[in-house]
Amino acid sequence: MSRTDGAPIAHVDSADLMPLQAPLDNPARERPWSPLSDRAKTQYECILDDTCAVSVPKPATKDEEAALVTAFLSGLDKLFTRENNWTFLQPLLLSMEHCARCQTCAAACHIFEASGRNEIYRPTYRSDIMRRLYFKCVRRGGMLSAWRHGDIEVNWPLVARLIELAYRCNLCRRCAQTCPIGVDNGLIAHELRKVFSQEMGIAPREIHDNGSMLQLKAGSSTGMSPAVVRDNLQFIDEEISERTGITVETPWDVEGADVLLIHNAGEILAWPESVGAFSLILNAAGISWTMSSELVGYDSINYGLWYDDAQFARVALKHADAATKLRAGRIVLGECGHAHKALSVVADRILAGERNIPRESAMTLLRDIVMSGRLTLDPARNSFPVTLHDPCNMVRLMGIVEPQREIVRALCPQFREMTPHGVDNYCCGGGSGFAIMSGHNFADWRFQVAGRKKLDQVLGAFADCLDPSTPKYLCAPCSNCKGQFRDMLAYYGLWEQNRILYGGLAELIVNAMTDVRPGYIEWEWH
Amino acid sequence: MTIAIYVVLCLSAAVFILATAVRAVWYARAPLHLRWELYPVPHEAAERAAHGGSYFEQSAWWTRPAPANHWGTVKALATEVLFLRALREFNRPLWWRSFPFHAGLYLLAATVALVLVSAVAALSLPSLAAAWPGAVLRQLFRVTGVAGLILTPVGAAGLLHRRLTDPDLRHATTPGDLFNLAAFMIALTVLGAGYALRPSDAPGLLAMAVGLLTWDTGVRVPGLLAAGLLLSALLAAYIPFTHMSHFVGKYFTYHAVRWDDAVNRRGGAIEKTMAAYLTYRPTWSAPHVTADGVRTWADVVTTMPPDKAKR
Ligand code: SF4
Ligand code: SF4
Repeated sequence: MSRTDGAPIAHVDSADLMPLQAPLDNPARERPWSPLSDRAKTQYECILDDTCAVSVPKPATKDEEAALVTAFLSGLDKLFTRENNWTFLQPLLLSMEHCARCQTCAAACHIFEASGRNEIYRPTYRSDIMRRLYFKCVRRGGMLSAWRHGDIEVNWPLVARLIELAYRCNLCRRCAQTCPIGVDNGLIAHELRKVFSQEMGIAPREIHDNGSMLQLKAGSSTGMSPAVVRDNLQFIDEEISERTGITVETPWDVEGADVLLIHNAGEILAWPESVGAFSLILNAAGISWTMSSELVGYDSINYGLWYDDAQFARVALKHADAATKLRAGRIVLGECGHAHKALSVVADRILAGERNIPRESAMTLLRDIVMSGRLTLDPARNSFPVTLHDPCNMVRLMGIVEPQREIVRALCPQFREMTPHGVDNYCCGGGSGFAIMSGHNFADWRFQVAGRKKLDQVLGAFADCLDPSTPKYLCAPCSNCKGQFRDMLAYYGLWEQNRILYGGLAELIVNAMTDVRPGYIEWEWH
Repeated sequence: MTIAIYVVLCLSAAVFILATAVRAVWYARAPLHLRWELYPVPHEAAERAAHGGSYFEQSAWWTRPAPANHWGTVKALATEVLFLRALREFNRPLWWRSFPFHAGLYLLAATVALVLVSAVAALSLPSLAAAWPGAVLRQLFRVTGVAGLILTPVGAAGLLHRRLTDPDLRHATTPGDLFNLAAFMIALTVLGAGYALRPSDAPGLLAMAVGLLTWDTGVRVPGLLAAGLLLSALLAAYIPFTHMSHFVGKYFTYHAVRWDDAVNRRGGAIEKTMAAYLTYRPTWSAPHVTADGVRTWADVVTTMPPDKAKR
C-alpha cells in the first residue's frame, strides 16, 4: 500500500472472477472491462486497482502530499477522541483492539469471493491497515507494538490508496455477522470514510457534492425543488389514474395526518410507477397520510450515513422537522433501505423531544394493509416467477425480514427465495453509495465484482425459467438496490435475453388489485 | 525459590485482574454510540428471533413493550461462550482447534478456582475438607486440571500449525500472533510436564495453594513444575494487554453494539446522555463540517454547510 511507484497494487483478471451460473456461464455473454483512461491515470490517484471511485486529484508537489498525510493523521487522531467521534468511538475501539485475525469473515464477503479472493478485497485487509495505523500513530506504539500488530509505512501513496479502498466495501456488515469476536470491518471502512470527509474534505462527488450537499441546499439530491416535486407528483397522479382507472391524488402538507410518507426522491424520477402505486394503495386503504413539500422533507435519502456524521445528522434533523411541522403521527419510509436505517436506527438517539417522532417501515404498513382485507386482491394476476431481494440496511441491519415476505407469499404464487436470504442475504453490490457511482470505469467493478454474488443468486432463483418466454420479476423494495439491478441487468443483457425485470413491492400489490385495470406491471424495460 | 514463585503468582494475578478491569472500564466509559445493531438479536421475541427479525416488524412498534426474551439471550450467550458458535458455524476447520484451546482454558480457570476453594476450606474447615466434600473437590480439580493441561496446548499447537500452513491465515499473521500461540503451547506444556513428572513426595496442587495462602516458604516445588507455574503466571499477566482479552471485548461487541437496540424515548435517559454529547466541541477541519473547536455538535448539525465547502 505504501509503494511509491505510482502503479496500482492489484489487478482483477476476468479469469479470476467467481464463475457465474447459466446463462452467464456462456463466454459469449462475458463483458469486457473497460480500462481506466490515460487522463484518469494522470489526473487522479488511481493507484489501488483497476478502477477509481473517489478521483482524488494527484497532489502537485511533495509539500502538498505531506500536507495531505498530516491532515490524514490529524483526522485519525480525532477519530479516537470523544469530542469528535462519540458517535461511534466505542464500537470502533472494540474493532481496533480485538481482531483475532482468524479470517472467518473472509468467506462472508461477496466482494472478496466474487473477485476470486483478491487480497486487497479481503475484509480484514483494509481493517488491518487501519489497525496498524491505530497502534502506530494513535496509540503511539513503538517497535514492540509494530512486532505485535504489524508495521506500516505512512506516506501519501498509502493514504491515497486507503481513500480508494474505503470505497471498495458495501458496508453491508455481512462479515461482522460471522465474526466470532464481534469485530466490524464494515464499521472500519465507514470510519475511514469519515476521516477523509470530515477532516480532509474528500468524498466521492456523487455522494457529497451531488448528494448530501445538494439535498441540503435544493431539498433533494435529484435537484428537485419543492415546486418541481409537487409538479412531478401531479403528473404521476394523472398518469397512474389513467393507467389504473382509479383516480389517484397525492395529498400534500396535510397537517395532523397520521402518516408522513417520505420516498427516496429518485423514485419520483426513475420509478414513478412505484410512487404512484403507493399513493393508490394508501388512498384505497383509507390511510390518513400526506407528503411534505418542506425542503428535504420529500427526499428520504441520507447519504451521510455512508461517510459523514455531520451531513448525516443535518439531513436526519430536516426529516424530523418536516414531520414535526405537520404534526404527523409517524414517518413512514418508502422503499429505500438506507433511508430506513438512517432515520429509524442510526438517527434514533439524536432525535430529542418533539423531533422524536415514531418512524415506521413501509413494509409493515403495506403488510398491514394487504392482510387487513381492505384491498381486493387477486394473486392470479401475479402469476409469474418472483424472487425477493433483501436490502441489507432494512434486513440485516434493522431486522425487517418478514413483512415483505408475507406480502409476496400472499400475492405471488410463483414466489421463490434466493439462497441465502433474510438476514444472511448478500448485498446487491450497490450499497454504501455505489449504486449512484459510475465515474471512470467504476460501473464495471460494480457489476463484475461488487454485484456478482447477488447476480448469481438471482440467476439461481430463476434457474428453472430462464427462457425469455417467461417474464420474471425481481422484487427489490429499495431504490438503491433497484438502481443497481437496473444497471446490472442491463449490463448483462438479462432483460433483453432472459426477460428478468426488476421492480418494487408496491407495484406487485397494485398489480394484484382487482379494482385496477389488469397489467399494472407493464413488462417494459425502465 | 518458593518465595519467588509466590511473588510471581500473586503479582501476575493482580496484574491480570487489574489490567482486565482497566480495559473493561475503558470500554464501559466510552460514550454511548449511535445505534449500530446487527440482526439476529437474540433478545427479540422468540417468533421474530427465529428469522432474525426485530420489533420494527410490528406495526406501531413504539406502542409495544421492548423485547426482553432473556432465555434467547442466555441461549445465544451460552452457545457462543461455551461452544464458540460463530466459529463452529462459519469456520469449522479453525473451530476444531480453537474449541479445545478455549475449553482447556475454561477448565484451567475452573481448576484455579476449585484449588483455591479447596485450600481455603482446608484452612478454615479442615473437618469438611477432610471428609467427602473435600475429596470430591480434589478429584474434580485433578480432572479439570489434567484435561485443561492437555486440551489447551493441543489446541494451541493446532492453531499454530494452521496459522503456518493455511495460506489465508499465514497472510494475516503477525510475529506477535505466533508468539502468543507458542507462549500458550510452551507454558502449559511445561506446566503439564512438571505436574505429571513431579516426584512422588512433591507437593500437590492443594498443598501448593495452602502454602501460598499461608506463605509457607517450606513448600518445595520441583524445578520443572516451578518453571511451568512461572511461565503460566507471566502469560496470564500478559493476556489483558493483547487482543486475547477478547473475553472482555466480546461482552461489549455483543451487548453494547450488536444487540443494543435500546430505543431513545422522549425524556428518557438516552435523550439526556445525548444532550450532553451535543455540547462537545468537535475540531474536524473540513470546511463543510463548520467545526472550529468552539461551536458545539448541536451548533454544527443545525447549521447548513456553506456552499462550495468541499475540497
Ligand atoms: S474481523 Fe473477526 S472474523 Fe475477521 S479476522 Fe478479525 S476476528 Fe476473525
Ligand atoms: S461490510 Fe460487506 S462488503 Fe464490506 S468487507 Fe464486510 S462483507 Fe465485505
